[in-house]
Amino acid sequence: MLKVLISRLGQAALVMLVVSAVSFVMFRYVGDPVATLSRENASVEEKAALRRSLGLDQPLVVQYGRFLGRTLSGDLGISYRNQRPVTQLIAERLPATLELVLVATILSLSLGIPLGVLCALKPHGVAARLVQALSLIGISTPTFVTGIVLILVFAVSLGWLPSFGRGQVVDLGWWSTGFLTVSGLKSLLLPGITLALYQLTLIMRLVRAEMIDVLSSDYIRFARARGLPTRYIHFRLALRNALMPVITVTGLQIGSLIAFAIVTETVFQWPGMGLLFIQAVSFVDIPVMAAYLLFVGLLFVLINAVVDILYAVVDPRLRARSA
Amino acid sequence: MNTRLAASLTIAGALMGMPAEAKTLRWASPTDITTLDPYAHTESFTTSMLHHVFDPLVRRGRTLELEPALAVSWQTVKPDTWRFALRRNVKFHNGNPFTADDVVASITRILDPGARARGNLATVVRAEKVDDFTVDIVTQGPYPLLLNDLAGIYILDKEWMEANGALKPGNIATGVTTAASTTAVGTGPFKVESYKPDAGTTFVVNPDWWDRPQHNLTRIEFKPVKSDATRVAALLSGELDLIAPAPLQDLQRIAASPGFKVIEEPSLRLIMLSLNVRPELKAMPGQKNPLLDVKVRQALWHAIDLETIRKRVMRDKSRTTGTLVAPPVPGYAKENDAPLAYDQAKARQLLAEAGYPNGFKTKLNCPNDRYINDEQTCVAIASMWAKVGVQAELQTESRATYFPRQDRGEFDVSMVGWATLPPMDGFSVLSSLLTEQKDGYGGSNAGTYSNPRIEELTRKAAVELDETKRRAMLAEALKVARDTVAYIPLHQQPLAWAVRDGVEVPQFPDEYVRLWFANVK
Repeated sequence: MLKVLISRLGQAALVMLVVSAVSFVMFRYVGDPVATLSRENASVEEKAALRRSLGLDQPLVVQYGRFLGRTLSGDLGISYRNQRPVTQLIAERLPATLELVLVATILSLSLGIPLGVLCALKPHGVAARLVQALSLIGISTPTFVTGIVLILVFAVSLGWLPSFGRGQVVDLGWWSTGFLTVSGLKSLLLPGITLALYQLTLIMRLVRAEMIDVLSSDYIRFARARGLPTRYIHFRLALRNALMPVITVTGLQIGSLIAFAIVTETVFQWPGMGLLFIQAVSFVDIPVMAAYLLFVGLLFVLINAVVDILYAVVDPRLRARSA
Repeated sequence: MNTRLAASLTIAGALMGMPAEAKTLRWASPTDITTLDPYAHTESFTTSMLHHVFDPLVRRGRTLELEPALAVSWQTVKPDTWRFALRRNVKFHNGNPFTADDVVASITRILDPGARARGNLATVVRAEKVDDFTVDIVTQGPYPLLLNDLAGIYILDKEWMEANGALKPGNIATGVTTAASTTAVGTGPFKVESYKPDAGTTFVVNPDWWDRPQHNLTRIEFKPVKSDATRVAALLSGELDLIAPAPLQDLQRIAASPGFKVIEEPSLRLIMLSLNVRPELKAMPGQKNPLLDVKVRQALWHAIDLETIRKRVMRDKSRTTGTLVAPPVPGYAKENDAPLAYDQAKARQLLAEAGYPNGFKTKLNCPNDRYINDEQTCVAIASMWAKVGVQAELQTESRATYFPRQDRGEFDVSMVGWATLPPMDGFSVLSSLLTEQKDGYGGSNAGTYSNPRIEELTRKAAVELDETKRRAMLAEALKVARDTVAYIPLHQQPLAWAVRDGVEVPQFPDEYVRLWFANVK
């Protein structure tokens, strides 16, 4: 067990090192912060001095070495654009993104599971066919289109919901929440739905497939033969078993929701991590980009490591296989 | 009973001379305020926003003329020394009185080598207090554009800076921050109520402003909204009163929506093509550079159908130009402003005379997210040149990678935009675009254009204090630039905003948003 744990952690560290190296090399090609930071009529001397003060005149290897050293000591640098410590920026933006992801996850689970069950129980019914057809649209429409259509309908035409921003937020210590005010809750709806849509269809389809699978298995047939109530068979026996893979997928999906809320956050001007990143890209704000990529890398590495370790704990067969 | 109460309240309000209700202006732009420290950055949007909180010694008025602000009058006591008489009875937002000490501390602060905006006051050596309301500013030799520069230098409170350890400036490039990065104590028409990067900034009116307000606002709520579509949607859904800029492709839709209108004005920013006049073109290594011949450069200009670009690409919103500065800018001369006529036969003839009857190959590089419809403009130009035999290999890219490459001189023909800001003077075209890269000149001269007469005129104009003579020098230099086709000017960019009905906001060609002239019904 300990061996598995150590080897997983070693792999995780290696992955993080590769992520940081790749992202660092990439910055060479996203642009030059000196150009975005300079005055329009800056002289050549002024630009050269700026390049020196940022340490950008050094060879790439030296820059990377310094970056690694600082990162390992917990200093992610200071944002060129916001001129504040990057760690502080990320801590500030994290609540916005996490609340959005939470709403999206709740929405997708609370709608996806019942709809999946519906489709599995009455696969040829009108409702099931309709849901299936709609889910195709949901899975194939790009997020920014969904977002803009929702804005046009609910904000511009109907005027029910705000089209951008977080509304009024309440600070609970360092955590700023939109859950405690009406405008905050209203603001969460449209981006929440936009972000949830893909996941919702995914969960619905997964639940449907698993349910159909489970419903045709032997123990369900025996339960039916025993004359147990249908409700009991469907929801206590079949659904419970069908939900196991859904839980795993949801866990992994939360990771990607946090990482890829970028588009939704841009469309709704949601002041979260995705917006922070996209603005860093257009400003060539290297410290923020580096920190964000490291954060996302870390998130996935952690989730995967935890899942793998849990599997090993739960299922002895996996332990034997990996050894 | 209720109506009577309401009526008496209204009368009471009117008697007390108070506004009957709070007037809030909610608006959005794609960029955000970078920092509240005016010396820590060089961004024009942030400068324009901070002008609501701070006052400079001299400022731009309604027609962009320079007018007294915190200084009431000035004179040059020596060619290199300007004496400013300061306004009395002015108070900072924290109640501290404004005096000469604040001016000296502020100027000293921006002259600190660590100040990012140091270059905006490059020629000033020091500021000296004469008495409590008189200050001398000493420049490095005679310097005609001091007032233009000072219009962008905001005055901070010395006592506040001392108390908060902010006497040294911040710098967004090196990451130095001070208390002034997140708190703004100025003398301006509005106070900052809250500042949240990427989420929004709110301002409330300063009732003790020294000037008589021409606006009726009590509050400004600013939100950065990066996505064009969202910004337009937020305006149309009534969440915003003003968006600046309004995306060109949405102007018709906004204008057609009842209750909203589009307001437009030509901007100072001119779009032009920079031409590589190094010995070789990147597209034709090992051969003589055709662009070295003025006839070839004229041919390229003759071959561009500017009218079609204005109508089709710019949707009738731009103004074609033949010179390198916009009409309101000193140095502009009407006789310089006619572009070379669109004439394919003439272009072919000139190419043949220069020894390129079958044209030649070049590269054409453009940004695709910096200027209005920049990419489409370049696509149009490439196809127009193809008709006279010039094969332009077009490459477009994001501003983040485009400008560094342009700086390194990697382009043959490339797009440049120039607004002469912040000084708002033709000298900036001479000193940055038309001169060789040395002595601090020629910082943006990507094509290495050089002309001895312009070099001479630039150095003379730099120290000429007689405004008439100085402007004549600028105009002459710009005429030489046109005659030798230093750049190919294309058009003056439009500036388009959208407002809901009832919002009156004046526009300015320098693209600044000046809400102390805004009125809301």
